[in-house]
Amino acid sequence: MRKYKEIIMQNIFLLAALATIVALLLICFFLFANGLPAIMGIGFKGFLLNTDWSPNDIPPSYGIFPMIIGSISITLGAIIVGVPIGILSAVFMAFYCPKGLYRILKPGTELLAGIPSVVYGFFGLAVLVPLVRNTFGGNGNSILTASILLGIMILPTIIAVSESSIRAVPNQYYEGALALGATHERAIFKTILPAAKSGVLASVVLGIGRAIGETMAVIMVAGNQARIPGSILKGIRTLTANIVLEMGYAVDMHRAALIATGMVLFLFILLINIAFHLLKRRSF
Amino acid sequence: MVARRNAKVIKILVYTATVITFGVLLFLIGYILVKGIPHLSFSLFELEYTSENVSMFPAIINTLVMTVLSLVIAIPFGLFTAIYLVEYAKRDNRLVGIIRLTAETLAGIPSIVYGLFGLLFFVTYMGWGFSILAGSATLSIMILPLIMRTTEEALQSVPASLREASFGLGAGKLRTIFRIVVPSAMPGILAGIILAIGRIVGETAALIYTAGTVAKLPQGLFSSGRTLSVHMYTLSSEGFHTDEAYATAVVLLIIVLMINTISAIIAKRVTRT
Amino acid sequence: MIKIKIKDLNLYYGDFQALKNINISIPENKITAFIGPSGCGKSTLLKSLNRMNDLVEDCTIKGQVLIDGQNIYGDIDVNMLRKKVGMVFQKPNPFPMSIYDNIAYGPRTHGINSKVKLDEIVEESLTKAAIWDEIKDRLKKSALSLSGGQQQRVCIARALAVNPEVLLMDESTSALDPISTAKIEELVFDLKKDYTIIMVTHNTQQAARVSDNTAFFLNGELVEYNDTETLFRVPKDRRTEDYITGRFG
Repeated sequence: MRKYKEIIMQNIFLLAALATIVALLLICFFLFANGLPAIMGIGFKGFLLNTDWSPNDIPPSYGIFPMIIGSISITLGAIIVGVPIGILSAVFMAFYCPKGLYRILKPGTELLAGIPSVVYGFFGLAVLVPLVRNTFGGNGNSILTASILLGIMILPTIIAVSESSIRAVPNQYYEGALALGATHERAIFKTILPAAKSGVLASVVLGIGRAIGETMAVIMVAGNQARIPGSILKGIRTLTANIVLEMGYAVDMHRAALIATGMVLFLFILLINIAFHLLKRRSF
Repeated sequence: MVARRNAKVIKILVYTATVITFGVLLFLIGYILVKGIPHLSFSLFELEYTSENVSMFPAIINTLVMTVLSLVIAIPFGLFTAIYLVEYAKRDNRLVGIIRLTAETLAGIPSIVYGLFGLLFFVTYMGWGFSILAGSATLSIMILPLIMRTTEEALQSVPASLREASFGLGAGKLRTIFRIVVPSAMPGILAGIILAIGRIVGETAALIYTAGTVAKLPQGLFSSGRTLSVHMYTLSSEGFHTDEAYATAVVLLIIVLMINTISAIIAKRVTRT
Repeated sequence: MIKIKIKDLNLYYGDFQALKNINISIPENKITAFIGPSGCGKSTLLKSLNRMNDLVEDCTIKGQVLIDGQNIYGDIDVNMLRKKVGMVFQKPNPFPMSIYDNIAYGPRTHGINSKVKLDEIVEESLTKAAIWDEIKDRLKKSALSLSGGQQQRVCIARALAVNPEVLLMDESTSALDPISTAKIEELVFDLKKDYTIIMVTHNTQQAARVSDNTAFFLNGELVEYNDTETLFRVPKDRRTEDYITGRFG
């Protein structure tokens, strides 16, 4: 009796484990089955590289190139804003931070990670948009605004992953550098950081993943115009925003084109995951 | 001389970056609290949502219901998968690598893609419509990798000597797992579940097209309902109720703060034993 | 009376042979000590007596271990075997639960759920393990709150609670201070009238003090096996002599 119970439960555990794989396969299947026909219909090149997204025109045009540029440009912007601040903050957390302060700052970064994207978006809408408008002109809903906001949002990811990979570098590296007469700063930036390179890079890749997948906060500050912008003070629409903004009323081909947009986003993320995986394997 | 000056510049940069990071955090929280707390009135917690009084109470109940439902679906799968990986799978089992890779991939998928999948599968294909159930099912897949990963780590941290002691007394594998290993790993498992709650509470993009945006108390599993985050998004995008949106943000922040604190307290208990 | 008879036992971890052709008979109600330097196979042999090696991946065992004439590597219920052959480990490993629940875990595993009966077993086991008087007022406290020596005696009581016939002790005092060690040695000495005890130790003096018979192992082989007094006074094998006089190991 007990033996059967053991065997039955072992199989239940195995089934649960397999369910994870089934879930991923289902996601792939439903996205591709609903998105691929649209891409086929519109034409691979036309869908990805056409700069005109006017699903309501007659005849409609479904080019997501502006959104690809949108996602890439604000992700790039977020990296420019967030990566230096994030890595330097991680260095502070690992090397400069007194223990007592660390006990406050560490939960601080976790809080930064836990704040919902709508709250970030709302903060961006209420504070950053007017700030950018008054400082740089334009109407404030812009690539710049979205980049700053996303730069803030990826900080906790970059700080956490960088800090742990910096801490994973054996202490001898630091001591060895000091023994050769290097200053504290030189030891950190010429010895430790290069040693932790893959981990720090992995944090950046993870940050890219977060930025490119972020939806709500971006919608609230980026302006969402589906066109290729002339400057960073102009508004832009991302792949994620495209889906949320139009899914509510889209039908037929339009709907399929939005699902295909999700598919493209999904493929981007897969590429990023693979990059992250390769980097992580090489880090400490 | 040059080296000293460079060192100083670097030090200034490091401090500046840190001040920016935590300055932004403080400013964000302070700003929301200052703008929101004055608008936290009792009427915002009334049972009924009307266009005059955009009560967040139904959204709070919806959030609660969907959190519980998502956890009920995700915890058994996450726990059992972790048990399989840690307690049953042999070292050279290829399935383990595949499952870990799957979980990592799932963890990286943006919430809007989950939302799309939920819309295609649960809402349309399964025919559940915009509903609490469809939303919860979508969220449960989204939090599955998180629960799985933290549970796996918690199980791995249970010393092998406890398993040996249990087997040595003639206990079978199941009894050892459920009476000794899982209880010992409980703090770690709980910390993961609490993090998952945080993700559910903060989620919007995965819910708009699965659970929908109806601002009423749920009538059943198949009725639509908005969570607090969706409520806040809707208020701010409509643009008529900015004050109430601030107030909702305050409530969300407080919930996140509570979740992080509880998780930290529990996690501290793990490291002590 | 022979309690355990090991016949032509060979044990491999993957390609590595950890035990080579072991033949040994262990008498009932005596204390038998396995000694030898680290890695000699003494612990491995001990663990093959209650099939704890089953938990190790790619461990293969050839030969027979007969307990009361029955081959434990034949068609038997491993859980019942482990009930009959109890084990105390190197480091105290109480479960993170109350002292009472630690002791009651074994009996509950084997279907005893009556509160009265469990109370009885807990008191009896703790008394046998010579710790009842020290902790009878805090049975509901966590077992982790006890000192190392007390924890180890609770672990002994836990092993006794399932009513075993054989008790395996795997360097069970090596993690303890001298006073706790002395207490446990005394306890083991008292227990042998009811149990067949096999102890693995790297402390030759402990083997000399406590055991009736001693077996010396080296590189997976049984070098010499005799009653303790003879083995320590007039070892037949040069290697045994080198080891017990402290020339290596």
